Amino acid sequence: MSEALLRASGLHLAFGGVRAADGIDLDVMRGEFLAIIGPNGAGKTTFINMTTGYLKPHAGEIAYEGRRITGLSPRAIVRLGIARSFQLPQLFLEHTVEQNVALAVASREGIWSPLVPLLRPGYREEARDILDRFGLSAIADTRADALNEGARKLADIAMAVALKPRLLLMDEPTSGVAASEKMAIVETLVTVLRDAKVTAVFVEHDMDVVERFADRVAVWSQGRIAALGPPAEVLADPAVQREVIGIERHAATPEAPHA
Amino acid sequence: MAEWFQDNGLLLGLALLDGLSSAGLIFLVAVGLNLVFGVLRIINVAHGSLYAIGAYTAASIGLFLSTRGLPQWAALPVLLLSAALVGAVLGPLIERFILRRIYAGEEVVQLLVTFALFMILEDVQKLLWGVQPIHHDAALKLLGTIDVPFGSDFIPFTNYQLFVLPGFAIVTLIGLAWFLRRTLTGRVIVAVTTDREAATAMGIDAAKVFLLTFTFGAMLAALGGALSSPTAALVPGIGAQTIVLSFAVVATAGLGQIEGAALTSLMMGLGRSIAVYFEPELEVVVPYIIMVLVLLVRPQGLFGVIETRRV
Amino acid sequence: MRKLEFLLALALAGAMIAAAIAAPWLRFVLTIALAKGIAVMGILLLLRAGQVSFGHALYIAFGAYTVAFLAPRLNDAVLLLVVAAGGAALLGLVIGLFVTRYRQIFFGMLNLAMCMVFYSLLEKLYHITKGSDGIRVEIMPVAGQALDRIAYEWTIFGIALALAFALGALLRLYLVSPMGEALKGIKTRETRLEFMGVPARGVLLAAYVVSAGVGGIGGALIAMTSRHVTPLLSYWTASGELVFIAILGGAGGVLGPFLGAAAYELIRVYAAASFADAWQMILGTALLLVILFAPGGLWGMAARAIGGRSR
Repeated sequence: MSEALLRASGLHLAFGGVRAADGIDLDVMRGEFLAIIGPNGAGKTTFINMTTGYLKPHAGEIAYEGRRITGLSPRAIVRLGIARSFQLPQLFLEHTVEQNVALAVASREGIWSPLVPLLRPGYREEARDILDRFGLSAIADTRADALNEGARKLADIAMAVALKPRLLLMDEPTSGVAASEKMAIVETLVTVLRDAKVTAVFVEHDMDVVERFADRVAVWSQGRIAALGPPAEVLADPAVQREVIGIERHAATPEAPHA
Repeated sequence: MAEWFQDNGLLLGLALLDGLSSAGLIFLVAVGLNLVFGVLRIINVAHGSLYAIGAYTAASIGLFLSTRGLPQWAALPVLLLSAALVGAVLGPLIERFILRRIYAGEEVVQLLVTFALFMILEDVQKLLWGVQPIHHDAALKLLGTIDVPFGSDFIPFTNYQLFVLPGFAIVTLIGLAWFLRRTLTGRVIVAVTTDREAATAMGIDAAKVFLLTFTFGAMLAALGGALSSPTAALVPGIGAQTIVLSFAVVATAGLGQIEGAALTSLMMGLGRSIAVYFEPELEVVVPYIIMVLVLLVRPQGLFGVIETRRV
Repeated sequence: MRKLEFLLALALAGAMIAAAIAAPWLRFVLTIALAKGIAVMGILLLLRAGQVSFGHALYIAFGAYTVAFLAPRLNDAVLLLVVAAGGAALLGLVIGLFVTRYRQIFFGMLNLAMCMVFYSLLEKLYHITKGSDGIRVEIMPVAGQALDRIAYEWTIFGIALALAFALGALLRLYLVSPMGEALKGIKTRETRLEFMGVPARGVLLAAYVVSAGVGGIGGALIAMTSRHVTPLLSYWTASGELVFIAILGGAGGVLGPFLGAAAYELIRVYAAASFADAWQMILGTALLLVILFAPGGLWGMAARAIGGRSR
């Protein structure tokens, strides 16, 4: 945990007058689980969008394994080993869960074969195996548009994991998941990611989840990192409690639009 | 260059005047199509048929009334009334009984339903009016001609084409812009165009807005047809020609854009008539060349807004 | 389902052969239907991605004119089919590089524009294309064998049937392959493809090239069967007809295009013979009825009747 896998330095990005990133410097260490917390609109999703090439920062740069990746397309960045999941699950709605994951498996190399089935033995087994680990086997043949929110969320993350990334960015992996299922899902997720030796960054609103699973926490506030450190330390900081956690506890439900 | 003008100046002048009047017609039809698309999210292929039926209806009512001793001055009002009649009858009929059933359907299905309507109306039109050309130009004759000064020459041109056609286009453009921005109904239509879910969530009666918009769009198509009827003989196929041109205007202008449709109609009207006089082979191709060039530079159309997807 | 589909295809083929033996004029109609069915498979492919091309008559016309132009020099049906397919695919690649940047209505309209440009060229460049008179195609040898008229017609029918089977089988494989499934992904979540490292535009372009290629084959077969090509092959209504057939047949299975094409051609011939002035109306009504009351198309109805699901 000594070496930075991802290094963001001096990131700036503003939408109109809103500063989503106002001088972000952040190192993500190899193998760690880094939680990003902060009020809605602080720029957490924007950070993921910039890292994955969906948005370009106005200034600053992001380096992955020492290589500058700012300005690369989402496609090129995925190929380098950075995958993401989405706050609003982005599934192929007319495909089954298994097909969704198999497509992700295939997209690692085999997308261009026009005459061999997607659900060929190799891909199918790998997809089944991932679904197994996520506890989604029972709904493998369900179409994505018929899933409940929790299953959608998991399937969305399963697709990202199927890309075999070295760095996985998750945007609110537990939002929309029923409170009773939440811990079990995160538990599963953490096991899967640790097994695969994936470094993870996740935006999270549930402080219990953060406390239990994050190695470090970064507190986002108005496009800046207000605090960074181990969860026990950061979450105990009165300023953080007032600024972030207080807001979270009050405004737990409706999500403000993210860029 | 100067020499070229000496030789071709008159032709160019005529092309510009022609282009202006045909731009007016194109705009009337295309803006209706664009309005309907903006609100209903359906590209109405049958819009061209409404144009054709508007033209035929106007011509036959005009012909009929002129044998009954209709005063000359009434030729123009007859055109307008015919258009209103066609729109008011066919618009609600099509919206209520056919389109309403497919709003939830896929885009291709919606497109095809209006294509089926187009096929049906094409034959209805042939059954009612036959395939012989029909011509009634009382309105054109009524207003006479004018000598338009152009350089040292004068170009004789009909007042109808010079003033009435572009005039109606301009009145429609201004009236529509005013209506959409300044009246409650207009703003409701704009709201539904920009964000249908939000608008219906706010309690807007979408069904009523759809009916109203479609009927209005149908009237504009019929008006385009009716106003065109004095300028040329009506033959089967004018609906098919009109609709493809309107498609090109809508795609070039950007979806739901009114001013965009006006500018595009002007470009295509002028482009086409210049082609008619100088490179007739290119006449039909010019609108598409304009469209392709515009979309190469601005993929969302001249005035279109890029829809960003939230992730 | 898979086996059933194959049996159904065999039954359909058997019925076609029987009909062609029973009535020579049906042989002509069914060869055209097979040719269109082959072209419509391309439409089906694009529909998978949620994209409606309103311009694929372009590739049919291109294939047909390729045969008409080259027949005097390259006098063999098999060679001409290969050249028409390759040429159309190449044209599809060039146009596809441009149109696959666009989606939905822009995609549809740009295809329409290309198709209409080609139509105008065919019509206006009289010295090359003989304009709207069109070009006659003589009976030609097949694989080196000179044939009399009856043998020739049977042979083209046989080739069309064999190609329908072969291409249908390939299309089935394509649809469930990673490329085919990614194509379907464009319809629901194109951005996700990019976030998986898959170039969505490339996936669509590949399908577009295939659709152009099969369009070329269909067009070549049409030219060899009707033995007369005219610019009307590329008119926009001919493109609409292809989408019409795709929806009539049902976008679910590979058999859909052929069920749709056979039904379309038979209704058309019957309607044209019985109600010369109203065949479009009858076709349009049939289409409306299918869309409103049997949304899965003919293939959907067939699949339901057998008790399977049309998936």
